[in-house]
Amino acid sequence: MTEPATPYRARKNTPPESRDALRARIPGWGVDLDPKDRPSFPREQPGIETGAHWDFPDRQPEAQPRERSIEHAMLPPVFGTSAPLKGASGAIRRYAYRRYSEGRAAHWLLLIGADRVDAWESHLKSLATLRPDNPVTETGIGSEFSGNGFKSRAGKRVDVNHSWMDPAIVAGPWVLAGLGAVAVVRALRGSR
Amino acid sequence: MRAMVYRGPYKIRVEEKDIPKIEHPNDAIIRVTTGAICGSDLHLYHGMMPDTRVGTTFGHEFAGVVHQVGSSVQNLIPGDRVMVPFNVYCGSCWFCARGLYSNCHNVNPNATAVGGIYGYSHTCGGYDGGQAEFVRVPFADVGPSRIPDWMDEEDAVLLTDALPTGYFGAQLGDIVEGDTVVVFGAGPVGLFAAKSAWLMGAGRVIVVDHLDYRLEKARSFAHAETFNFAEYDDIVVHLKKQTDYLGADVVIDAVGAEADGNFLQHVTATKFKLQGGSPVALNWAIDSVRKGGTVSVVGAYGPIFSAVKFGDALNKGLTLRMNQCPVKRQWPRLFEHIRNGYLKPNELVTHRIPLEHIAEGYHMFSAKLDNIIKPLIISATA
Ligand SMILES: [Zn+2]
Ligand SMILES: [Zn+2]
Repeated sequence: MTEPATPYRARKNTPPESRDALRARIPGWGVDLDPKDRPSFPREQPGIETGAHWDFPDRQPEAQPRERSIEHAMLPPVFGTSAPLKGASGAIRRYAYRRYSEGRAAHWLLLIGADRVDAWESHLKSLATLRPDNPVTETGIGSEFSGNGFKSRAGKRVDVNHSWMDPAIVAGPWVLAGLGAVAVVRALRGSR
Repeated sequence: MRAMVYRGPYKIRVEEKDIPKIEHPNDAIIRVTTGAICGSDLHLYHGMMPDTRVGTTFGHEFAGVVHQVGSSVQNLIPGDRVMVPFNVYCGSCWFCARGLYSNCHNVNPNATAVGGIYGYSHTCGGYDGGQAEFVRVPFADVGPSRIPDWMDEEDAVLLTDALPTGYFGAQLGDIVEGDTVVVFGAGPVGLFAAKSAWLMGAGRVIVVDHLDYRLEKARSFAHAETFNFAEYDDIVVHLKKQTDYLGADVVIDAVGAEADGNFLQHVTATKFKLQGGSPVALNWAIDSVRKGGTVSVVGAYGPIFSAVKFGDALNKGLTLRMNQCPVKRQWPRLFEHIRNGYLKPNELVTHRIPLEHIAEGYHMFSAKLDNIIKPLIISATA
């Protein structure tokens, strides 16, 4: 009868490679064997010099009302000022922040929904500018040619079984919007 | 200045933007010379991270030159070459005072559950990132460090996230001598985690992915055994067989939210955004670690719930450890390892892409074209 596998008794059946063999094979093997040499051990370490020369930082001016999580006691002293709230997506986001804590699914689902609205608002707005959104250059799809798109997908890659969806997800809304526009134009003509 | 700008899922372009201004006395403005695209940027690019706004600039891995400093900055002057950790953090709040820089409470109004990250959506504070010619860096006396003269700038960029995150992932595994360590994901973070596991005394390191060219790198760069999960009907059973049915002592999830390998999980999470992430790798980790073992998670997940097999984690008595990496805490030790030649970060750089062509860079990285592992972004002014 063969030996029982390891977990059915107390010792490992195959001993690990020896220290010397590992050191010879792998540069630096074991240099951080002692947990004390690992920088995040222990996890919390009071007293590290961080460079902060304040007890509480100066407050960055709030140039325009800044949305914040209702789990915060106050607006933190420093914050990002990229892309302030605007439009319909801004209204949804403002509501998600004001109404729901981070613990509520509604908070995050509203924010994800607002992201889709934001993309649409921005695409539509771009059509009225000198630089409308360009689905070809902005998706970087040209790299399919320069980056060996066909060859790269040979072999056992599991993403090939769903990457066919990508063009539909990226271009689908544009196609639908185009069909919608055609339908609207036809309807308007027909009603005349 | 030129800057990458998000236009909606799968769409980005390079635009003319104003050079960022000093908004706080401890701010610095950095002129970016080398940046990078991180695997976690793909979660933003695919539209999975809540409150990712059109018009924002991504990028949390960058190095450059100090262009301007605020009135209270003491440690940096214009002209200094600096590397900047991906964490925006104050250095003085309850969390920073204990070394938890990635969990800073003073920099992110939008959420209390996550600290600040450059160019990583409003959920992470609404900061513009470094895939641009210039970037605002808050708390200039706390985050950035001068790049040592001996250090290669590409190594410096990899030290802003990928390397420390991988090394931190191995640390979270609490590896003891002789442990069998399995790493899911052979991207830069997974490869660095595998390499770091040896430094901590692992007896066996196994890397699992489905991209053969990355597994090849895991063998040559990280001295690991490798398995392509696409070749096995059930990778968990295969890993059990490989460990004499015990399971691994430590498993590291270096994949995160876009894990593939389960059609339903992947599609519900990444195509239809119904989960905060597809927890395929995490569930494999829970199943393939031994009872009483440790699962370390450094792959990024979003704030929406994910379908994780929690009952198995309970019944197996697992330790689950995870965090965003407090980058600067890792630097002194990692600098030593690089100087000693134990770690050679820029060996993972496969592509150097001009900022103007960043849309192609994102597509190639997202679709895994041209054997891409780590793409750097080279600024026009560099
Ligand atoms: Zn990253
Ligand atoms: Zn802090």
